Amino acid sequence: MDLYRSHVLVCGGTGCASSESGRIIDNFNELLIEHGLDKEVKIVKTGCFGLCEAGPVVVVYPEGAFYSMIKVSDVPTIVEEHLLKGRIVTDLLYKDHTTSETMNSIDEVGFYKKQRRVALRNCGVINPESIEEYIAFDGYQALGNVLTEMSPNQVIDIVKRSGLRGRGGGGFPTGTKWEFTQKAVGDLKYVACNADEGDPGAFMDRSVLEGDPHAIVEAMAIAGYAVGASKGFVYVRAEYPIAVKRLQIAIDQAKENGLLGEDIFGTGFNFDMEIRLGAGAFVCGEETALIASIEGKRGMPRVRPPFPAVKGIFDKPTLLNNVETFANIPQIILKGAEWFASIGTEKSKGTKVFALAGKINNTGLLEIPMGTTLREAIYDVGGGIPNGKAFKAVQTGGPSGGCIPAEYLDTPIDYDNLIALGSMMGSGGMIVLDEDNCMVDVARFFLDFTEEESCGKCTPCREGTKRMHELLDKIVDGKGTMDDVAKLETLAKTIKGASLCGLGQTAPNPVLSTLKYFRHEYEAHVLDHKCPAGVCSALLQYLVVPDLCKKCGICAAKCPVNCISGVKGKEVYLIDQDKCIKCGACMDACPFKAIKKG
Amino acid sequence: MTNGIADIQKADALFVTGSNTTESHPVIGAQIKRAARNGAKLIVADPRKIPLAEEADIFLKIKPGTSIALHNAMMNVIINEGLQDDKYIRENTENYEELVESLKKYSLEYAAEITGVEAYLIREAAIMYASAEAASILYCMGITQHTNGTETVMSLSNLALITGNIGKVGTGVNPLRGQNNVQGACDMGALPNVYTGYQPVTNTGAREKFEQAWGVKLSDKIGLTVTETFKAIDEDRVKMLYICGENPMISDPDTHHAERALDKVFLVVQDLFLTETAELADVVLPAASFAEKDGTFVNTERRIQRVRKAVEAPGEAKPDWIIFMELMNRLGYEEHFNSAEEIFEEIRQLTPQYAGVTYERIKNKGIQWPCPTLDHPGTNVLHAGKPARGAGFLKPVEHLESLEIGEDKYPLVMTTGRMLYQYHTRTMTGKTEGINLIAPELYAEINPSLAQEKGITDGEVVKVTSRRGSVTMKAKVTDRVNKEVVFVPFHWDSGANVLTNGDELDKYCKIPGLKVTGVNIEKAD
Amino acid sequence: MITLNINGFEVEIKEGSTIYQAASSIGVKIPTLCHDERLKPHGSCRICVVEVEGARSLVASCSTPASNGMVVHTESESVITARREILDLMLANHPLDCLTCEKAGRCTLQDLCYQYDIEESSFDGKKKKYEKDTSNEFYYADQTKCILCGKCVYVCSQVQNTDAICFVDRGFETHVGTPFDLGLAKSTCVSCGNCVAACPVGALMPKRKEKFRYWEIDKVKTTCSYCGVGCQMELLVKDNKVVEVEPVKGHSNDGMLCVKGRFSYDFINHSSRLKKPMVRKNGVLEEVSWDEAYDVIANKITEVKESDGADAITGFSSARALTEENYLMTKLMRAVIGTNNIDHCARL
Repeated sequence: MDLYRSHVLVCGGTGCASSESGRIIDNFNELLIEHGLDKEVKIVKTGCFGLCEAGPVVVVYPEGAFYSMIKVSDVPTIVEEHLLKGRIVTDLLYKDHTTSETMNSIDEVGFYKKQRRVALRNCGVINPESIEEYIAFDGYQALGNVLTEMSPNQVIDIVKRSGLRGRGGGGFPTGTKWEFTQKAVGDLKYVACNADEGDPGAFMDRSVLEGDPHAIVEAMAIAGYAVGASKGFVYVRAEYPIAVKRLQIAIDQAKENGLLGEDIFGTGFNFDMEIRLGAGAFVCGEETALIASIEGKRGMPRVRPPFPAVKGIFDKPTLLNNVETFANIPQIILKGAEWFASIGTEKSKGTKVFALAGKINNTGLLEIPMGTTLREAIYDVGGGIPNGKAFKAVQTGGPSGGCIPAEYLDTPIDYDNLIALGSMMGSGGMIVLDEDNCMVDVARFFLDFTEEESCGKCTPCREGTKRMHELLDKIVDGKGTMDDVAKLETLAKTIKGASLCGLGQTAPNPVLSTLKYFRHEYEAHVLDHKCPAGVCSALLQYLVVPDLCKKCGICAAKCPVNCISGVKGKEVYLIDQDKCIKCGACMDACPFKAIKKG
Repeated sequence: MTNGIADIQKADALFVTGSNTTESHPVIGAQIKRAARNGAKLIVADPRKIPLAEEADIFLKIKPGTSIALHNAMMNVIINEGLQDDKYIRENTENYEELVESLKKYSLEYAAEITGVEAYLIREAAIMYASAEAASILYCMGITQHTNGTETVMSLSNLALITGNIGKVGTGVNPLRGQNNVQGACDMGALPNVYTGYQPVTNTGAREKFEQAWGVKLSDKIGLTVTETFKAIDEDRVKMLYICGENPMISDPDTHHAERALDKVFLVVQDLFLTETAELADVVLPAASFAEKDGTFVNTERRIQRVRKAVEAPGEAKPDWIIFMELMNRLGYEEHFNSAEEIFEEIRQLTPQYAGVTYERIKNKGIQWPCPTLDHPGTNVLHAGKPARGAGFLKPVEHLESLEIGEDKYPLVMTTGRMLYQYHTRTMTGKTEGINLIAPELYAEINPSLAQEKGITDGEVVKVTSRRGSVTMKAKVTDRVNKEVVFVPFHWDSGANVLTNGDELDKYCKIPGLKVTGVNIEKAD
Repeated sequence: MITLNINGFEVEIKEGSTIYQAASSIGVKIPTLCHDERLKPHGSCRICVVEVEGARSLVASCSTPASNGMVVHTESESVITARREILDLMLANHPLDCLTCEKAGRCTLQDLCYQYDIEESSFDGKKKKYEKDTSNEFYYADQTKCILCGKCVYVCSQVQNTDAICFVDRGFETHVGTPFDLGLAKSTCVSCGNCVAACPVGALMPKRKEKFRYWEIDKVKTTCSYCGVGCQMELLVKDNKVVEVEPVKGHSNDGMLCVKGRFSYDFINHSSRLKKPMVRKNGVLEEVSWDEAYDVIANKITEVKESDGADAITGFSSARALTEENYLMTKLMRAVIGTNNIDHCARL
């Protein structure tokens, strides 16, 4: 292997790739050749670094210089200054949001300090398209150990003792699931990986597949050995082209290297894998719907039991785990159950990856030990709320999670605590809401999503989400009554209690949790016809304050619907409330702050 | 059927041959599909790519009239592979050695040549059938309506016997009977050689039993079959024909011949409608339909089930049994039944298989005969333990080419059959507008390459000619049939049976070879 | 065997049975719109929810296995609240046209709304509206009335095994249709009507030739008169006329019929039915009395017997007629006329 004096890591994740990180890489390579540095410096396209807010990200080792928001035009500077002359380009380094302090090294960045990367350990570190790099970072060692030194029962025992629980949302003990599948009777068994990440804004599974696909290949082969399966399916959204491409490369490389296929490591164990593309239906993340979709049927959940462990794909026993769950497996095998169990809380072991979004400074992907408090996640890792606004709530668990208010910020994050608060872990979505968010509107936003994504099979979910959505529309429009609020609540409880699958059973969570913690906002909409956050347009009025109006007419000129009248220089301007579409253009345009929202 | 219909769900493999089940027996067809979807292996043999072929694990697109060669080759494979059931053969069959000897010439290559089915498929089918824990054979007219129909059935039962697939749940040799009560008619001795319960007219004991019950002397001479009757009329041996509820003008082979005979004979027809046959009659009697009378039908799995009166018959129409009774009285034979149930009671006394069945017992659910006593639950599986005659006789049978084949003038093979929407001679279905809209007329299915050769396009009118005559019909160009095969449904008048052969009959049961007719096809002028 | 408690009663039942089956076995009726013993449990309608002590939420009794020691309440307050809410939701998306709906009187939704006192829906949002698919000759599909219990789709795919219909779209827009929404006539539908028989509401209905109400008809259970399967069916009779045919679960048909048995019954009441005996006179068939017809036949029989012997007379019995009738015809031929010349069309 050639030795290089410097390594330049450029993020090739979806976020940075869409900000031209591909061209940045090309540019680096061209300039290195031009300067004769191509034998000394190596450019590595990695997976996601997590701090997407700062993308495109370029990290130069051995210094660990953390360059953020790099443009193609910055590349010559980095090459000429840093790589040629050894001078770090301070202007391009990442600056902390709160302190505005420049971070010299990635190790100093607050975003990473409280993180503990297990599932994401190779993301942003290795080139995901190179099996050699994966192997250099202990890749496929766990599979080797398992196949040559352990019995299937020993593997299951380690997974059980590690305390790992399913990262897809349910939190079911992974080892127990493996054991069920192993014990199920069947001439054929399957291992399947749920990579149908459907929560809006969530991208932890995508990051793992893009940044460390071999970890999934290795883990599924281990699982296949443990449960007695020789075939694996990865069900991944077709909207993840980079993930699909890199996973396919990983599968092909593993096959070429004898790490998949027949007689792996000469042990007689056979395991092969296949990718199945999903068409982007949220419900296909539900395990029985996912199985139906893999079988080529309409993605509709079915009743359980029988559970997939007994009757899964083509009615054969099937082990189905999510991407992040699998990503933990090789590390658990290598470092031991006790090591993993030492991280986290009593009932939730290990770490959890979250996709942090919304009103937050450090939008991105973080992996923190279970038991980290919401406050630490949002403020220490996430860097807090931008623009000095006040925190209102954090919505966890994707569209069917709940909204947790400020008073519970010190709750340690684990499966059971989040459920107790009326929310859930889900696959790890974390959306921060500030004082400018209307909670009724937030509930409606999520209902809009779940209503559309309901598969249509069972009555409560299909019909009920529609009616919840309609009631929320009514309230948001200021036409709701307290009866409607009461009806909303009963309906939400019925849907939660009577729906067939997880989608319907959790779809009312945004409504129920906002009703629980923010009932006053509903009441304000209904009783006072006011939206406290000033979001719901039907309840808004833009008014010209006569005392402040300088009669300049700029507002009238900007109004897209010509609903502002007045005489320039002579008359105070007036907004026709019937015609106003509440776009706010007049308020933004007024140089004298003479237009008020209320 | 040797086994009940519900047994289909219990078979591990199903061999469906000569039966377009989803169209001719749609409700059994649905059950076969369900079994296949639930994991049973399905082998289908048919000259046409019938709907069931789509569901099959193995589809054998066989030349019409070559089933014996197929079955013999399958048995040959089974024996060569050692998949036969030696214990069953030893304990329950006779003549195995002779059978084995006769099969030797049926190599895969030889059978492939005769049947037009690729050798490896025959082999796989044989192995699939023989390796199943329980395998069932379901067949229909595609097996029987041949001049060697009886022998074709024998070859099927040989196949079942040497693999021990008889007398157990999920197995059997199961003919699917085409008409609602063809089983009951046979059971009742509406056959020239037997009384009820298949008691031979030539058996003195049986005859004496019936003579005593009926109080008259009975003939010991075997009578004429339907197909023999027309010839007998030709030859002046039969002068009067009494037809109840049949329409031979459409259903019988060689329509022109049948018409000449029916014209000549003194004909009585008893039916619901003035059928094509009734139009030729000297006396026509109006009969009541199934909805207008009480009684029983016996289905294909030997289940005796109730028929109940729902409406009054129109005009002066009467149930057939009342007509027969009144005519018997008119002829001086005293007969006084007040209901069909009273007739059934008499049947029970004379028919051991029916002895345990009463209307009361079949009020809710039918019973499968044999049911010899009142406390007997009925019999789902025939030949349980041992074949009925003690040991199954493995009679070697040979493939024989039909006489219809091999003449240059008639190079194609026409095979006839049914379609989903029409029933038999359309006397009933033809009265439903929707049915006639979907299935309006006669057609001939021909292969695209044959169509191209003859310059025929889909929907064009063609003339199909056989040794008996010519019929024009629309061409349906489809690869459901192979190039040398033409399929014509027989439901319509002046149709398929104008072309078929009524002279050459099976030597055992006198069935005509409706499934193989030498024809030629040309564009109509 | 396992033992559980339903509404205070001990029930012993085979392991693997559902709560619904356990309840049925002791006569406790749980309402359902989507359950059918022939189908894999699919739990779509959720009306059959019951309360199981210790369970996180209500469970669908049709698809939840009964377990040892389970304590079940089938009509508790929370169960009734949920059922009322679900009916409320169904009704919110269902036309209230029971006055003219042909299903009235045997509509399960109507019956359940009556049972649980749901007069009208408490929601007043969007209602579905689809064009009726009348392209099939024998039945129509009115998706506006469909409650999406799914039975038709599953009967078509699991019982009839034809796969002609499927779910189309998702969420609130979900409806039952044909692939590419081409309509029933262009689908693989074989018009068996087994979906129609499964529909609990008026979404799938036979096309009627005359108006009738289900409470006006008499039902007569009988055996189909077409092929040899022996399907069990009920003839629905109004004013001495068969107005509809429905499948009944029998041994051989498992609750199915085919297009002929189900829809081709027009022949029974057809105007061209023979109503009087006829005798050919001067080459033409003329209507006569039964007496005259019998005389002609009896005389001919006597004449032929005298001139050519009994064997010059042949009878064809019918595979369409009753067992008893076949018997009597053989007796006529053998005992009265004196010949074994009796056969029927078994070979054709």
